[in-house]
Amino acid sequence: MADAVFLALSIMTIGSAIAALEVRSLIYGSIALMGTLGGIAGFFLLLDSPFVAMFQIAVYIGSIAVLILFTVMLVRRQLIFIKIEDKRRRYAGIGLMLIMMVGIGAVVLSSGIKTITTDAPPVDFRDIGGDFLIYYWPALILMGFILAASVIGALTLARREDVTNDQHAS
Amino acid sequence: MTNTLLDFMIVSIALLAIGIYGVSVKRNAIRMLFAIEMIVNAANLNLVAFARFLPSSHGQTFALFSIAIAAAEVGVGLALIIVAYRMYKNVDIAEFRSLKG
Repeated sequence: MADAVFLALSIMTIGSAIAALEVRSLIYGSIALMGTLGGIAGFFLLLDSPFVAMFQIAVYIGSIAVLILFTVMLVRRQLIFIKIEDKRRRYAGIGLMLIMMVGIGAVVLSSGIKTITTDAPPVDFRDIGGDFLIYYWPALILMGFILAASVIGALTLARREDVTNDQHAS
Repeated sequence: MTNTLLDFMIVSIALLAIGIYGVSVKRNAIRMLFAIEMIVNAANLNLVAFARFLPSSHGQTFALFSIAIAAAEVGVGLALIIVAYRMYKNVDIAEFRSLKG
């Protein structure tokens, strides 16, 4: 049975997810997205995973949401408030959303998952460190390379040729 | 624990469906990125929920990997959006005809 904190977190997460997509201004949309990501961090706390929750807050709310906010502010003012949408496509999208919810919901409900509860003690965060260093160390190294490559790739993409040429000329 | 696995899965399914709605309906590249973030977060919530109810630390480890890779993806995605905006002065994906510089 869901308790009050869970219900409040669910309403906050799903409500701000809808607001992030539907609110007119992109800036308020990004702030609503922060609400969604914060709500997910709250769910992680409810699931006794404080380490993942802190990681979520540090990475998603601390860096990704701020990065998105800065990108939105780089966009022209009119484009932040404009909302271009095809009406028919919108209704088709809502239909697709409802079909997915009902379809996957029916599969999950009929799978017997609702009987699963647990009294096991929460996993210690030291086990996560052990997982990283014992089982998944090649993946950890690969992830480091991927992060470095993505940062270099993003910098290369966003570099402005004209500005660098001006600087070379002067 | 008062909540069951099903409660978390329902939230996750709702978030996934909203994300798919966003990806299929919105034409604004930044809003599409929001929707992709929601889908990734729904997956992370599922991973951590299953890791809690079938006691194991591996689900949390995978969620941490997933969050880090999502950070890389958003960095590159936003750089692409900035390049496209510079070329077309717009963030509407219907306006993006090519990414050739």
